[in-house]
Amino acid sequence: MATLPVDEYKIIQEFGPHKSVMSGIRLSTSVEPEKLVKTHCCFCGQQCGIQLKVRDNEVIGFEPWEEFPFNRGMLCPKGVKRYLQGSHPDRLLTAIRRDPNASGGFSPMPYTDAINRVASEIDRIQKKYGNGAVAVLSGASLTTEKTYLMGKFARVCLKTPHIDYNGRLCMVSAGAANKKAFGIDRTTNPWSDMVGTEVIWVAGSNVAECSPITTNYIWQAREMGAKVIVQDPRITPIARTCDLFLPVKPGRDAALFAGVLQLMIENDWLDDDFIREHTAGFEQVAEYCKQWTPQHTAEVTGVPERSLRQAAEWWGQAKSSFLFHARGIEHHSNGVQNALGTINLVLASGRLGKPKSGYGTITGQANGQGGREHGQKCDQLPGLRDISNPEHRRYIASVWNVDEKEIPGPGVDAYELFRKIDRGEIKALLSLCFNPKVSLPDNAFITRALEKLEFYTAIDFFLNDTARHADIVLPGSLQEEDEGVVAQVEGRVIKINKAVDCPGEARQDWVIIQDIARALGRTHGMTFNSPGEIFEELRVASKGGIADYSGITYKKIEQQFGVFWPCPSHDYKTGQPVPDHPGTPRLFEPGSYNPIAKGAGPFYFADGKARFNVADYRAPVDDISEEYPIFLTTGRVVSQFLSGTQTRRIGPLVDQYPEPRIEIHPRLAEKLGIKDNEWTTAETRRGTITLRAMVVTTIRPDTIFIPYHWGGKKSPNQLTVAAQDPISKIPQYKVCGCRVRVADGPPEYDGKLEPQQ
Amino acid sequence: MKPEHLQFFIDPNRCIGCQACVQACTECDTHRGVSMIHLEYIERSSSVQTVPIVCMHCEQPTCAEVCPADAIKRTADGVVQSARKPRCIACGNCVKACPFGVPEVYEDRQIMMKCDMCYDRSSVGKKPMCTTVCPSQALFFGTREQIAQLRPMSMPTNQFQFGNQTITTKVSIMIPRHGAISPLVNILDAMDERPTARSVSLPVIAGATDDPFAEVKV
Repeated sequence: MATLPVDEYKIIQEFGPHKSVMSGIRLSTSVEPEKLVKTHCCFCGQQCGIQLKVRDNEVIGFEPWEEFPFNRGMLCPKGVKRYLQGSHPDRLLTAIRRDPNASGGFSPMPYTDAINRVASEIDRIQKKYGNGAVAVLSGASLTTEKTYLMGKFARVCLKTPHIDYNGRLCMVSAGAANKKAFGIDRTTNPWSDMVGTEVIWVAGSNVAECSPITTNYIWQAREMGAKVIVQDPRITPIARTCDLFLPVKPGRDAALFAGVLQLMIENDWLDDDFIREHTAGFEQVAEYCKQWTPQHTAEVTGVPERSLRQAAEWWGQAKSSFLFHARGIEHHSNGVQNALGTINLVLASGRLGKPKSGYGTITGQANGQGGREHGQKCDQLPGLRDISNPEHRRYIASVWNVDEKEIPGPGVDAYELFRKIDRGEIKALLSLCFNPKVSLPDNAFITRALEKLEFYTAIDFFLNDTARHADIVLPGSLQEEDEGVVAQVEGRVIKINKAVDCPGEARQDWVIIQDIARALGRTHGMTFNSPGEIFEELRVASKGGIADYSGITYKKIEQQFGVFWPCPSHDYKTGQPVPDHPGTPRLFEPGSYNPIAKGAGPFYFADGKARFNVADYRAPVDDISEEYPIFLTTGRVVSQFLSGTQTRRIGPLVDQYPEPRIEIHPRLAEKLGIKDNEWTTAETRRGTITLRAMVVTTIRPDTIFIPYHWGGKKSPNQLTVAAQDPISKIPQYKVCGCRVRVADGPPEYDGKLEPQQ
Repeated sequence: MKPEHLQFFIDPNRCIGCQACVQACTECDTHRGVSMIHLEYIERSSSVQTVPIVCMHCEQPTCAEVCPADAIKRTADGVVQSARKPRCIACGNCVKACPFGVPEVYEDRQIMMKCDMCYDRSSVGKKPMCTTVCPSQALFFGTREQIAQLRPMSMPTNQFQFGNQTITTKVSIMIPRHGAISPLVNILDAMDERPTARSVSLPVIAGATDDPFAEVKV
């Protein structure tokens, strides 16, 4: 029964989010750490190297790790203050159970009892409704070992098709586009390749706030002569001094790419040799682009013709270039087409697979790359394999030592999974590393669906907003309490190292999952003794797949400061062991050999050619209208991360940007009579939010922006639309029609909640 | 002793306002929990431009010159230190006098404290904490040769004119060379079909029209 046990204010009072502050040993200027642990930040996909200072099983601070080549000691404020999530007053030190009689709605219970209760409920519900009535939601902030285990747990132990992950809100548009165009889903070049390139195009990425370390690479490239093009509805810090700013209307990106490609075609700024020899499908794309004249493109996108021409001229005539995109173009019901639009620009230029030329998507979460490779997606098996492909199924069945027929077929995406809950098809949910009540669009629907569950268990180290609905919450582990690998933004597989033990009765997540399997009496394949053992099996499971980790070892990662996959254990051509394979920092180099093309070409299709895809512009779902005339777009701020489960509990990060505000241009504000800092109400067809206005000239006057890291009545996902891309199923977070007015008064929570709550 | 060849450079043009410098400063071992530096928005309503403010370490520090208790000392290697505990009377003269707005009096401990270029780190050959973490490298610590090689678009300067006072500092600010791109302030300039000027003048001190420093070009 997954309704809130008591009034939400009471839950918040007891379980937070409360702010941690530097205190005790962490304020001391004389205490020396016992050890420095070389590891990586727990937050974004940059995965900066960092050293954690440890004393008495507590992380007491950090020391920069200047040898790690990606960030060389650089960190953003989240990385600097990440350690304050440890020893936190809100930390769950025991399992807790729903208890309407307890003041905060939950009572502690012994760990073993909690595991037994979870197992018996799963068993009961599966016996009554079938195996598919139990679903699993997982996440891309987990180590790859855990993501692998979660996929195996769902398919082998629970025998349910229903597992999906929060990368569904993050990397899937890019992933689907990459697979359609290249046959492989990874950024093509290491970031160091950027310095020395001629043009950098940043499409829909607030680099400075969402992937701060990338800023230095871009600035350094500019020092060496690169021109920087930024496409965004807001002048973000990276856009402030860019050479060309494309102030695109939210949701019009595919039109913009088609318009620029049309100008490149008209001016013959194409690499005809590359298109002929290494690609297929250009003619259809060229035919499609004909309608996108500069005038038409300017009308649709809101970007002036002069800027479209300038972009085409620079991009078309460059000798080397990089193009990056992120959620700004991906969080759309047209997200895959938007990403394909960028890829068409790259393929038409022929600038790929070269030292100073590349393409990539900037990952959001710590394991935004690795988390989408090894089987926690609803349609995927390890090694970027396809759960519907008989050959792939047979191979994984052999690794798992199960009958191929026992592996369920594809499940559904994370949002559809909630629709299934709403329809009564899914009765029980286990979630880990996912806070859908904050992070999914139209979250009133998510709340309604959660309330229909017969049984819900969450694994987390804090009681996140969604877990407030749980029957049982199992006390999980922080990143620094476990080890394992992740793949960061460049496709470099790196190692997270353990700094401290779990406190109290908290357990490492892979231990909890296997404890549930044991209590269910279904231990087959779920008896790993360490992340290292899971990794060894993952290496075998990924062998021969596109995301081939078979040649990666923990030792090699340490020696090389990470290993770029694919890294096979055996040479693809000769079949001979290659224990020293260094990995593949750069994809698609001329003459490169991959197991799909088998020498036919550098791309991962049988003919070795990349694919142009018609990247069709479609207007957003719930676009602006007479009734809802203003675009609403959402995103991040630098001091917060995702749904804020961690960062809304770290005092100095909360103080830096305490509460969400509505960014609005003075021209629009004046028209609506809204003053800076005034309570302002934004409404869509789904919901209403009242926040303070922030009047700035840096946003389009037809658009408002709200950052999404807060829950409850401060969550802009009360307003966003649950429209999804038909291919990737990513939600359309970046645009919907809204209306804005001066608020009738302060919101109901004003004075009752602290800023971060 | 801080190695003479390693110097501190600030490039506000690179700053992204992330506050990593300020947050990292509070982690420094000699003053944990308190930042000795700060970060300013020039005028957030009109621009995302931010500027990190660290001590410039003047050759003739005004803060020391105006100190009635002779509490502010400059080390032989040119680093201006926080006020000395037995001497500082927390009068705040230094706070008022510093042309860069750096020193602060901490009322709870009745002392002026300020950025000392992480003397505990820089004196043993390490980089100051803020320059190590700065993700845009708006704060940079290295040799003049390195900065010349890495930053061809700008040049360091360490001489500043405040009225009749000329100040020479240990820390340099990177000034864009001729032809550098001017920053984008109002999005309307990028939306119009006809190109318009990107730069505007912002009033720094509201109403202070007779102040020669009230307008800066950004």
